[in-house]
Amino acid sequence: MYRYSEFDESFVRTRVKEFRGQVERRISGALTEEEFKPLRLKNGLYLQLHAYMLRVAIPYGTLDGRQMRQLAMIAESWDKGYGHFTTRQNIQYNWPRLAEVPDILDALADVSMHAIQTSGNCIRNVTADHFSGASADEIEDPRPTAELLRQWSTDHPEFQYLPRKFKIAVTGSPNDRAVTRAHDIGLRMVPGEAGEVGYEVLVGGGLGRTPMIGKVVREFLPKEDLLPYIEAILRVYNLFGRRDNKYKARIKILVHETGLDELKARIEAEFKARKALFPGVDPELQAKIESSFAPPKFDRQPASAYYKRLVTDAAFRTWSQTNVAPHKVGEYGIVTVSLKPVGGTPGDATADQMRAVAGLAEKFGHDEIRVSHEQNLILPHVRKADIPAVYDGLLAASLATANIGLVSDIIACPGMDYCALATARSIPIAQEIAKRFDELALEKEIGPLKIKISGCINACGHHHVGHIGILGLDRAGVENYQVTLGGDATENAAIGTRAGPGFSAEALMPALERLIDSYLDVRESPDETFIEAFRRLGPAPFTAAMYSDRARRAA
Amino acid sequence: MTIIVKDDGFHQDDLSETEFKSLGELFEGVEAPICLHLETDEDPTAIQIYFPWLQMIRIPFQDFTDGTGFSLASRLRQLGYDGRLRASGHVISDQYPQARRSGFDEVAIEESLAARQTEDQWLAKSNWRFGGYQERLLRTPGKGSEIDIN
Repeated sequence: MYRYSEFDESFVRTRVKEFRGQVERRISGALTEEEFKPLRLKNGLYLQLHAYMLRVAIPYGTLDGRQMRQLAMIAESWDKGYGHFTTRQNIQYNWPRLAEVPDILDALADVSMHAIQTSGNCIRNVTADHFSGASADEIEDPRPTAELLRQWSTDHPEFQYLPRKFKIAVTGSPNDRAVTRAHDIGLRMVPGEAGEVGYEVLVGGGLGRTPMIGKVVREFLPKEDLLPYIEAILRVYNLFGRRDNKYKARIKILVHETGLDELKARIEAEFKARKALFPGVDPELQAKIESSFAPPKFDRQPASAYYKRLVTDAAFRTWSQTNVAPHKVGEYGIVTVSLKPVGGTPGDATADQMRAVAGLAEKFGHDEIRVSHEQNLILPHVRKADIPAVYDGLLAASLATANIGLVSDIIACPGMDYCALATARSIPIAQEIAKRFDELALEKEIGPLKIKISGCINACGHHHVGHIGILGLDRAGVENYQVTLGGDATENAAIGTRAGPGFSAEALMPALERLIDSYLDVRESPDETFIEAFRRLGPAPFTAAMYSDRARRAA
Repeated sequence: MTIIVKDDGFHQDDLSETEFKSLGELFEGVEAPICLHLETDEDPTAIQIYFPWLQMIRIPFQDFTDGTGFSLASRLRQLGYDGRLRASGHVISDQYPQARRSGFDEVAIEESLAARQTEDQWLAKSNWRFGGYQERLLRTPGKGSEIDIN
């Protein structure tokens, strides 16, 4: 893991001091509310429906036990004893008080953490594949790239007041778990002609009210050109991006309105000029970053305890099938800790649960924890021999829900329960879906299925790329839920298409049940997943089932 | 009255009597030395050949949340402009380091802003050379060779 240098340490401390001063200057009137707003946003402080919300950065979703314990301490000391892990691989606290925020930031700095650039119109916390450094399918660990970008983007003088927020995601694997095609810039590590690793660069992806899949702006970018090339994209965006309309200010709109070819030409021209003056990244610093992500020392302990438990314990077997992914080392597994208990709030964890995960990571997981954009936690390196003990520990902390990738592993935004922008509730909908399919005991039968729920058109719940996407709207004061089908967040990224008219909160669940029933009917075999069946048959049989009650009524 | 902010604090505007020319006027032909007002949507490459005759380029900040000027300044420096560069308008003291690090020499603000954000608040930001990640990330030519001297 990356350890803070003295520079990082002093930077973060200076920043906390600066923010403390800004809060005081707001109170004295030296800063107007309008002037204070972007400053607090850049420090992670957001004004929500009921209170302030503090969004803490977890760079590329990687943290250790000590940091997780501190997050638990903060949840207990300054919040209501829990935190919310988000689709940005971050954690949010929903109830901090403004005057206490500098103290929270100091507590974060104590464990090399911060809330810098987790909000506001700047380059946000860089995200990456949550299986980085562990998965068998990886070309290269994307985290050194993500860390380089973290450092480069932090307080970049030119890019602190962009037209709109700017998100970068990196994956080092052909199986895209970082949703790179739905980011302002997506970087996919790919092999070059001579086998050297570089990047395919995607630009202009994004969800929100105008969902777009990122377009390839450079098929192969050599590694050493990364910073001047990214700077070129950002500069073109900062100079030409729209500032007249908040909803047309993301780079995806610039790509759309300018045309990919023209924009590409501008980026390449800017890149050429920048590259000529670019001295390169300091090799010593680069080496320090890379060595920080060297894999832990894996041993080859026999996994017989794991296999024995699989045979003797059905619950363990079920959990293991869904929550343990193959590790690049055969004697290890990647354990996903579900934060989606049936009836719970997706992504929430109590302080006790955070400490339980920290303890398991320290004892059995080379002290590494990841946060996934799917709002779960991950222990990336667990010896198979230790997986039974990890499972028992999770069970004791009510964290052993066996549902990764299944119908109840739902991404949901905070919705109307917390968010000032929301037009409908999303958490209660997620809870209802999970409960219903649990009652029906159908989850395993249905198999892999991604349901994603957003409580407004800003699409924080990624509904556009859900196999089943649910968008909550407000129709004349009544919640109305639109369903989209066939979205995909992976390397085959696709925006789902709207199934038809929306449903009331009461009618939604029965319609989803009919939808799932129709899938179970039409699939060729239990091996054909929902999204595969959808791709084979198109939306017709599914929408027919969803709206069959209306057809009857009309007849 | 306009107040000029530099690293050592507030100053009177030494160019208060000077007429700033627009890009159009520049192209029509004006006497050097020239003080140019460059709008944020104007193309700096177009004025590259005039650089030796420019005493000052002024870039407006209509609203402090519009950061176009930071990229424009960086771009002018990248194109080789080494004359005075002024950010003018709604720039808050918290942005002073960003303005300096993007290539501006000074910031011009209105009296009302100077009354609210007093000189001490700007001076608190004058240590912008403290440096950022960006400078630190780069290879410094000759950095490794110091040991080899002698």
